[in-house]
Amino acid sequence: MKKERNKISGLYFLITVLFVYLLLFFVAPQGFYQSVKISGRIFSSVILILVAVVVLTAIINYFLNPKKITKHLSKNAGLKGWLIATTGGIISHGPPYVWYSLISELQKKGMSKGLSAVFLYTRAIKIPLLPMMIVFFGWNLTIILNLLIIISSLLIWKIMNRF
Amino acid sequence: MKKKNFVTTLFQTAKGVAMTLPILIGIILCLGLFKTFVSVETIHKIFSGNVIFDTLIGSVVGSITAGNPINSYIIGEQLLADGVSLYAIIAFLICWVTVGIVQLPYEISMLGKKFAFTRNFLSFIFSILIAGIGSVIIGVIS
Repeated sequence: MKKERNKISGLYFLITVLFVYLLLFFVAPQGFYQSVKISGRIFSSVILILVAVVVLTAIINYFLNPKKITKHLSKNAGLKGWLIATTGGIISHGPPYVWYSLISELQKKGMSKGLSAVFLYTRAIKIPLLPMMIVFFGWNLTIILNLLIIISSLLIWKIMNRF
Repeated sequence: MKKKNFVTTLFQTAKGVAMTLPILIGIILCLGLFKTFVSVETIHKIFSGNVIFDTLIGSVVGSITAGNPINSYIIGEQLLADGVSLYAIIAFLICWVTVGIVQLPYEISMLGKKFAFTRNFLSFIFSILIAGIGSVIIGVIS
């Protein structure tokens, strides 16, 4: 029922955005073409990650039983659970929205809201981009920011588990 | 037998993700519009020079904008060079990667309204806290 409602509201959302594009096509054709070009670029960069997420989710669905997830990633998981979620967040690639379906599946199997939030929050730490961050902002700011993100994720974990 | 079951699981998972595609495509199209019509110059103009106000502005702009974090580094470095406070830059950088206003409808549909709002709100608040603490530490050590 909820899934069906989401599907319908998703379709309404897409139709609304397409309508905006249609208006743009007549009002500002250059903006229309530019937006389509950028969207196409984003879509092509996302599609492979999305396929990887589908496969990963299927593997988790197939091999991991809810008991295991509950043991390691539930509300009572402890620091080990936080460490798993943090590591997962840091090593995951691509935009956050491609990971929502995986988190949703893991939540159905018992993953806590706190650790789901930790996974999404620690995605802010991008290991491949660290050298670039150092070049732009220096060692001090890079180290301090990333450490503060990790410390904050502990608090976010605790707060989100209360909801 | 086991292999067949996995294929079924894979198919079911793909079907579940495919159901969310209208929102995902809508979000990507919104990002296309945003990147076309909101330029770096527009973002520059928003900052006023007041540290508290600029920190809030940094968080709000970082929350609305989306895309590769490299873009946030480029904009952040430019803003810093233009004299915008470090508080605002940190808030901007953190919100860029932790808060997602554009993808909020998708997050709501996948993870629920309560989770999505609470998570984004907390990330927003923590970006301001990190901006304050980070700037003070940087000020002390440099």
